[in-house]
Amino acid sequence: MEIVMAFVIGILFMTATYLMLSKSLLRIIVGTGLLSHGAHLLILTMGGLKRGAAPILGGNAESYTDPLPQALILTAIVISFGVTAFFLVLAYRAYQELGTDNVEEMRGTQKDD
Amino acid sequence: MSLLHLAIVAPLILSIFIPIFNRIFRRIHTGWFVLPLPILLFVYFLTFLPETMSGKLVSKMINWIPSLGINFTAKVDGLGLLFSLLITGIGALVVLYSIYYLAKNKEMLNNFYVYLLLFMGAMLGVVLSDNLIVMYAFWELTSFSSFLLIGYWYERDKSRYGAQKSMLITVFGGLAMLGGIILLYIMTGTFSFTEIMSQANEIFNHTLFVPALLCILLGAFTKSAQFPFYIWLPDAMEAPTPVSAYLHSATMVKAGIYLVARFTPVFGEHFLWLWLVAGVGVLTMIWGSVFAVKQTDLKAILAFSTVSQLGLIMSLLGVGAAALHYEFLDENIYTVAVTAAIFHLINHATFKGSLFMAAGIVDHETGTRDIRKLGGLMHFMPITFTISIIGAFSMAGLPPFNGFLSKEMFFTAMVHVTEMDIFNLETLGILFPVLAWIASIFTFIYSMILVFQTFTGKYKPEKLDKKPHEAPMGLLISPIILVSLVIIFGFFPNLLSDSLISPAMASILPSLLGAGEEFKVHISFWHGPTIELFMTLGVIILGLVLYKTHARWKKIYKGIPEKLALNRFYDFLLEGLQSASYKVTNTYMNGSIRSYLVYIFAFLIVILAATLFGKNAFTVSTSNVSSIGVYEVALAILVVLGSICILFAKSRMTSIILLGAVGYTVSLFYVLFRAPDLALTQLVIETISVALFLVCFYHLPKLRKFETRMRFKLMNALISVGVGAIVTLIALSAHSSKLFDSISRYYVENTYTEAAGKNMVNVILVDFRGFDTLFEITVLAIASLGIFGMIKLRLNRRNEG
Repeated sequence: MEIVMAFVIGILFMTATYLMLSKSLLRIIVGTGLLSHGAHLLILTMGGLKRGAAPILGGNAESYTDPLPQALILTAIVISFGVTAFFLVLAYRAYQELGTDNVEEMRGTQKDD
Repeated sequence: MSLLHLAIVAPLILSIFIPIFNRIFRRIHTGWFVLPLPILLFVYFLTFLPETMSGKLVSKMINWIPSLGINFTAKVDGLGLLFSLLITGIGALVVLYSIYYLAKNKEMLNNFYVYLLLFMGAMLGVVLSDNLIVMYAFWELTSFSSFLLIGYWYERDKSRYGAQKSMLITVFGGLAMLGGIILLYIMTGTFSFTEIMSQANEIFNHTLFVPALLCILLGAFTKSAQFPFYIWLPDAMEAPTPVSAYLHSATMVKAGIYLVARFTPVFGEHFLWLWLVAGVGVLTMIWGSVFAVKQTDLKAILAFSTVSQLGLIMSLLGVGAAALHYEFLDENIYTVAVTAAIFHLINHATFKGSLFMAAGIVDHETGTRDIRKLGGLMHFMPITFTISIIGAFSMAGLPPFNGFLSKEMFFTAMVHVTEMDIFNLETLGILFPVLAWIASIFTFIYSMILVFQTFTGKYKPEKLDKKPHEAPMGLLISPIILVSLVIIFGFFPNLLSDSLISPAMASILPSLLGAGEEFKVHISFWHGPTIELFMTLGVIILGLVLYKTHARWKKIYKGIPEKLALNRFYDFLLEGLQSASYKVTNTYMNGSIRSYLVYIFAFLIVILAATLFGKNAFTVSTSNVSSIGVYEVALAILVVLGSICILFAKSRMTSIILLGAVGYTVSLFYVLFRAPDLALTQLVIETISVALFLVCFYHLPKLRKFETRMRFKLMNALISVGVGAIVTLIALSAHSSKLFDSISRYYVENTYTEAAGKNMVNVILVDFRGFDTLFEITVLAIASLGIFGMIKLRLNRRNEG
């Protein structure tokens, strides 16, 4: 399963990168969303998959899945949500102020400094 | 921390309190708070005299970074003590002088004294550190404080130009010196100078020996303003005169000389050392003295004169290294060069210090330093005149002043060069006394110009801003003390010979001394009708003739381009570097987010691939894998399909829905992979995210694809495939090679006993790694503040429009 996941993660990273390299702000934001999914799955896969019961005591299980990657991912999910929200509002305001969502047109020129 | 360490850092500590004194005691000149420190330190260092005279070292160590062999070892030997006394002694006089020179109400005394103390501490650190890295740190600190002091009147263009120039040149040299120190470390395995010195013989034939020698010399030559690096010193004269007297003639510029003297036991026997130090020294001496005659600004004359005198001392040290080739102490005629170097170092500090102060007084009382406007000031400023004439005569090498004695010894040393039978000196050596003699004639001429153009001749009141009068007593005390020393050392030179010169020589030429031996130094006035005496007579006669006629032959200088070629080269280099780096930066920092992302991703691919394959880290093992279930395959296919479809989505709605679909699938993955907490969180977050997207969606424009050109598309595709591939490879390797056991066992075992919780993930988050979670919340808070700000903030443009 880990091998399969490695390829799934690779494809997630690939599509995320492609979206982030485009010029439309919305596509860039969608790209970052996909990137964080890929990263989360990567951390989970690195820790090994399905190595025991869910990491909750009391079920008399013999072994448990590694809880540490899960704790890391939980933090990461929340943070990436914060970033996405910030990014969305930034895009919205930028569009309002500048009248474009093409990042190439948002480039400052030397004269603006 | 010993008292010695405290003495070194005392100026730095005091500098912290200067702004406070300045603020509280507004009515008292801040200089009065500074003055006691150098006096105290001077007295403190005097107590070391008996130790160094008996040939002992005082060494105190405190550990700083012992793991790297960097410890703050303070060592007082003859050479270090000589410099410490110069730094604190001249420092005290300069501070006293500055109290009357800088007006209390007009100047930023705060800055001035903080910088000055910074310099004093740094300079003490340079000459008393045994560890070369510590020495280097202090060395750079002297460059910085010099930069700040030259730029003290920062509103003037010339001050800023001079400050920048001195900084660039001396820091360049400092870096070269650091390189030399590191090379020495590679050869010897230590940063301690004492230990390096004890290994001097072993490293002599090492391949890195010559590079290390060159690097160290580069540091010394830039700091001591040797040809061709001297160009920063004349521009450094934009600093207030007390600073010029202190840093740029008496102490800081002698740091390079200190360095050469210090490293003579290590490098001295190499022929490059002798040729470079002596050769560059003599060249600098003649160059500086010839150009000093051309100057019309009092301080500019003194600056070029300082360059020339530094060259003189440098050349003496170079010739003195020859003593190492003759392994006997008695009648070793080359040690006289080292004696002369140290003696002249002290003398130069006294007479040049007094001359700078006199020039400052003239500037202060008349409003100009231009000798074309000055003249006939003798009657208005008799004391200043006396000070100047003594200082200038000493500089010119006239009896009975101390400059005469060291100049005689200088000639002796230079004449001895012709008697050497090593390194081709038997033939080319004749150049040294000839050049030295010519340089001395020019020295005589500019010394005369300095005094007589200012104080005699016709008084030109119409060209002066102020009516000249004698300076207040406070300004005169310091130069009077210095010229008294000029006379005292002239008549009683042997006051210095046992107390300071002999111990300093012992530090420079330790290999010539057996146990318990010391250098016998005796300086006398009259040697009989020797060749040196005739050289001096020749200098005086020819110098007088040329001085009387200099108005006529000075035109020759017009033939030389107005801006010295070296300065032009410096300016050209600086401008060229600036515009070139501007252009280079502009080509890759083009303001496009896409380009920056391309750099980041390309770098990611290259660096990860290089590490992965360079370290042979890539492995795939199918042994320890978990089973593949039907559901999981289905989910995997969903994720892959969803994410690929986003690439081709035509409308924004489609792409948002697809993103949501991928997110929900991922949360299903978490369910299958035994991560219930993650699944719940992801579900909630994904829902909110999609909602947020949809809210913003209303305001955002239609999804357009701006990429039309095939080249861009291909490039993007290539980079994305690269990133995907490399991440896959890393995921495979990370899974296949487990280098050590997971640290999770600790959490599994202790979750209940330590934190009394059953859900391990939750316990880790809120208990074991509680601070992480706290900061996570902080990040969210910052993000929400940012969002709030952005929504509330209306740019001004909008209101105006």
